[in-house]
Amino acid sequence: MLDISKIRKQFPILSRKVNGQDLVYFDNGATTQKPQAVIDSESNYYQNENSNVHRGVHFLSGLATDKFEETRNTIQAFIGAKHSHEIIFTKGTTDSINLVANGFRTLFKKGDEIIITELEHHSNIVPWQMCCEQSEATLKVIPLLDNGELDMNEFNNLLSESTKLVAVSHISNALGTINDIEEIIEKSHKIGAKVLIDGAQAASHVSINMQELNADFYCFSSHKMFGPTGVGVLYGKEEILNELSPYQGGGEMIKEVSFSGTTYAELPHKFEAGTPNIAGVIAFKSAIDFITNLGVETIAKYEDELLQYVTSEILKIEGVKIYGTAKNKSAILSFNIEGLHPYDIGMIVDKMGIAIRTGHHCAQPIMEKFNIPGTARISLAIYNTKEEIDLCINAIKKAKLMLS
Amino acid sequence: MSTIQEIQKEIIEDFAMFDDWIQKYEYLIDLGKELSPIDEKYKTEDNLIRGCQSRVWLHAEHTDGKIIYTADSDAIMSKGIVAILINVLSGQAPSEIATAKLDFINKIGLKEQLSPTRANGLVSMIKQMKLYALAFNN
Ligand SMILES: Cc1ncc(COP(=O)(O)O)c(C=O)c1O
Repeated sequence: MLDISKIRKQFPILSRKVNGQDLVYFDNGATTQKPQAVIDSESNYYQNENSNVHRGVHFLSGLATDKFEETRNTIQAFIGAKHSHEIIFTKGTTDSINLVANGFRTLFKKGDEIIITELEHHSNIVPWQMCCEQSEATLKVIPLLDNGELDMNEFNNLLSESTKLVAVSHISNALGTINDIEEIIEKSHKIGAKVLIDGAQAASHVSINMQELNADFYCFSSHKMFGPTGVGVLYGKEEILNELSPYQGGGEMIKEVSFSGTTYAELPHKFEAGTPNIAGVIAFKSAIDFITNLGVETIAKYEDELLQYVTSEILKIEGVKIYGTAKNKSAILSFNIEGLHPYDIGMIVDKMGIAIRTGHHCAQPIMEKFNIPGTARISLAIYNTKEEIDLCINAIKKAKLMLS
Repeated sequence: MSTIQEIQKEIIEDFAMFDDWIQKYEYLIDLGKELSPIDEKYKTEDNLIRGCQSRVWLHAEHTDGKIIYTADSDAIMSKGIVAILINVLSGQAPSEIATAKLDFINKIGLKEQLSPTRANGLVSMIKQMKLYALAFNN
């Protein structure tokens, strides 16, 4: 039996007050809160283990390096990657996508096509626009259906021999849609295109296995899965990572440096120039342990229960419209109330201690499609409860009353 | 016509009557609802104020040595905030506006009552109003 109150106790911030009220944190899509184990691990590193990785011969450097690499191995197991050197540490999802897009700038050429979708986060749009600008490749976009699912017929039409890469999010941060990435990967591979999955919203909510999924790249951020900020992962297949040129030059990524030429280090170091966020990476392991101890399936099942509940409760409020009603949905609920601006709603419920997100969620093309300035978004995590949902719904009702 | 300083004093007194955030917010919402409508032709991309999460349009006209501001927003709270600023600054001389110290904001708890992004919106609104004043002053 899942004991949510026990889980909540592991998150110190959940017992704080906001504007004099108990905090109800429903902005998990932006970033999740951190359990004590992650906080302890980060502070323990600075208290007892601080040293640079991969360079010193002394005791502490060895210790820090071991723990740093332990996280890499943990992630390898967590996502079912074939090799640990296929796990590249980055600053976050945005950084991971930029690394790949940058690497392809010199490999793509005029006439090549990159396919993205209408529901991408700006992080999975702009790097490809930049890549296209330099390589003269063309960007194609899979449109959205009204329910927030991708138009897969249109995807089939867009796929061609010119398609070199398909970049799509696993789960939409603005709509909650879980995309059928299995089908996208299979079809793209058939015509020889590579696939990058933006897994920022997925990694702690659905189980992922790289060898089964067969994606060429998969990106995610530690801070959206109970870990520290400033740490992310790029998973890439070994043979493709070997083909890509490095993103940044510097220390740690080289084999030999001389002024006649420099040779690059092996994976993963080739892509990890400079001193990384060592404390963050080490603490990230505690976050993964937290997830695996609970079990991703258990988390997903509980979050789905919350999603069903909040959906049915919010629909009882007159004038509510939900954006994103895909059959397969993660615990993200985007909505508007007729005649009200999402910002006004967010401002008022904030005074009641409730943290929701309002705005375009860094996905302006979606807002354009639905012709709205933005939405209010509730995004849930394992530590949220039905009681909190009740508080939130009441606050929204109160906001509606004040604003009408 | 009262001076900027006098109007600010009145607003501070008004807000002092409120016990809690609900009353302050309701007051802002009412101000927003009462704000005289802006001429639709001024709701242009150029007149949008950057730095607000909602869309806020601000238009300024210079007549008889005074600046008349009109504004609108698609969010009612933003409309309320811009309405307060208009109450304080509209109808004053450019030189007065450009040098005005808007200390009522801290004294009515507006800044602290409003979230940081909202406060940013407020800062952008004031900046834009003062920019008009500077432009008309030259
Ligand atoms: C779907 C998606 N992609 C990418 C990102 C960017 O992640 P980060 O800011 O951690 O780089 C986010 C974060 O909001 C996201 O939700």
